[in-house]
Amino acid sequence: MKAWLPSLLRLALVVLLVAFVTNPGWFEPLLKPLTENNAPVIYNQGSLLTLTLLHLRTVLIATVAATIVAVALAILVTRPAGAEFLPLSRSLVNIGQTFPPVAVLALAVPAVGFGEKPTLIALFLYGLLPIFENALTGLTTLPANVVEAARGAGMTGWQRLTKVELPLSAPIILGGIRLSVVISLATATIGSTVAAKTLGEVIIAGLLSNNLAFILQGGLIVAALAVLIYDGLSAIERYTARRMGREAE
Amino acid sequence: MNIRFDKLGVVIAAIVAYAAFAAPFATFRANRIVPGQARSILEALPATTGTLLLAIVVAAALIALFRTPLVLRLAASVVALAAIALLIGVAGTFLTPAGNTFARVSPASGFWILIFAFTLLLADVLTRLNLSPLARVGVLVVAALAIGLLLISGSWDNLSILKEYANRADSFWAEGSKHVTLALGSLLAAVVIGLPLGILCHRVERLRAGVLNVLNIIQTIPSIALFGLLIAPLGWVATHVPGAAALGIRGIGTAPAFVALFLYSLLPVVANTVVGLAGVPRAANDAARGMGMTDRQRLFGVEFPLAFPVILTGIRIVLVQNIGLATIAALIGGGGFGVFVFQGVGQTAMDLVLLGAVPTVALAFAAAIILDAVIEMTATKRRVETA
Repeated sequence: MKAWLPSLLRLALVVLLVAFVTNPGWFEPLLKPLTENNAPVIYNQGSLLTLTLLHLRTVLIATVAATIVAVALAILVTRPAGAEFLPLSRSLVNIGQTFPPVAVLALAVPAVGFGEKPTLIALFLYGLLPIFENALTGLTTLPANVVEAARGAGMTGWQRLTKVELPLSAPIILGGIRLSVVISLATATIGSTVAAKTLGEVIIAGLLSNNLAFILQGGLIVAALAVLIYDGLSAIERYTARRMGREAE
Repeated sequence: MNIRFDKLGVVIAAIVAYAAFAAPFATFRANRIVPGQARSILEALPATTGTLLLAIVVAAALIALFRTPLVLRLAASVVALAAIALLIGVAGTFLTPAGNTFARVSPASGFWILIFAFTLLLADVLTRLNLSPLARVGVLVVAALAIGLLLISGSWDNLSILKEYANRADSFWAEGSKHVTLALGSLLAAVVIGLPLGILCHRVERLRAGVLNVLNIIQTIPSIALFGLLIAPLGWVATHVPGAAALGIRGIGTAPAFVALFLYSLLPVVANTVVGLAGVPRAANDAARGMGMTDRQRLFGVEFPLAFPVILTGIRIVLVQNIGLATIAALIGGGGFGVFVFQGVGQTAMDLVLLGAVPTVALAFAAAIILDAVIEMTATKRRVETA
């Protein structure tokens, strides 16, 4: 395979995605065969562009919050003062992953009401786990000689953390963020079962009115977003990994 | 001798103090959908019992707060959890007016936070005890038996979630068995197809990137969309392929849910098979070849056993993920515990949501513990054998 082919495919996907969410009408003939009884072909209860942006915003807020909390926790339990919490935090992460997203969503509703909030809570909780796990791996598998050298150079604990440990772990932490974003993009669609404004709305409208065109357009936009963001974050990861001289996972 | 605090214990004691004294223990509602009234521990229980519960909870929190022997901490967490679990049932009976079948009593935030705090303590003790895999499964069995006993004894019968259950006992077990069938059946199908596919990808390098890419892309399709997209092709199969409809293949219902779960399950199984086989030491393969083993003998006698723990890890991911995802099958008429979750969300009846969510979480949790134990056992066995 030629080296430029993947980049070209990616560019084509970006163009296609932007064209679809801004001008869905252009694609009407393509999706027309999927509908029956003259049902609408393009989602008509809201703009696809707005829903896509709201979807991305929900995922972004949840991921940023999850990253801050997960990395802070990982730093805490890898310091001498927090070392006691390390084994427990590992088991908690394991337990947390067994909670199905639908259950978290449904249980958050009585506490915070319908809409975006329960979705943010569910995405935040799901986002925490992969990032925390990767941050732990990154911070606990640092090359011992580098940490020793930093200590020998007279760096304080804070300096070692910000100048040595975190930069060296960055590629692995980014790997966790990438996983968490891809999971969140798909999980956010489930948020529409509790009335969050995401692309799930389009899919659920399709399920309820038996309109395959709706399901397909909602699903494909989410999948395209996930593939593109995954690729983008992988590229950033490889770049930082090269700079840090560590192999990306 | 100076008194030393346990760091985690400080956190636990703070949570317990809030939950026991500031948060409501139970919620009372005149019927199943009106907003509830909060009841603290002393309001929710007869005076002596309430004081007893407070005393137990405070004592257990104090044991957690200071550095105490592990056995004592274990006993404290178990006694506290048992007392809270037993007495929430008593609260249900105490708060329900005699003969009133509409009133609902459900556990409130204080109850859940107390359970969380003492489970945290228990988890910490169990982690520090570094139990063997078998012992962990043993703890799980004992906990399951205790909960089963509480359920059978009827001491929780006056709690709202069990009243929802009583109204739907038949469909609960029917949906439950559908849920398990969906999760386990699709896993089984994924193993049957995924293992040979993984072995093929390991042997034929040109195939590997392509297959893994396709499976990766499937994972990015949101579950509700994939469930929906399969409705059309399966509907077509049902009407056009003779015998398909007789096999239970339909556009909506269990069939698309099964296929969707199967497709999601393939990636972890195939990817872990490839990684596991790639991790087989070259020396082991060379030795096997030198002994004159055929490719087939080498696969089953050497490569496969060595790669087994990694493949099992993939199966664990799939099983836990499937148990969670199967809840979404309810959206397309596929059944499972999701039926109660979505009905409950629709009726804003949270007890009904819990009736679907609690068994799902319990199943996923039990599956994770059991498979983790099995993985650890096969991995240590392998280490002993190769040492």
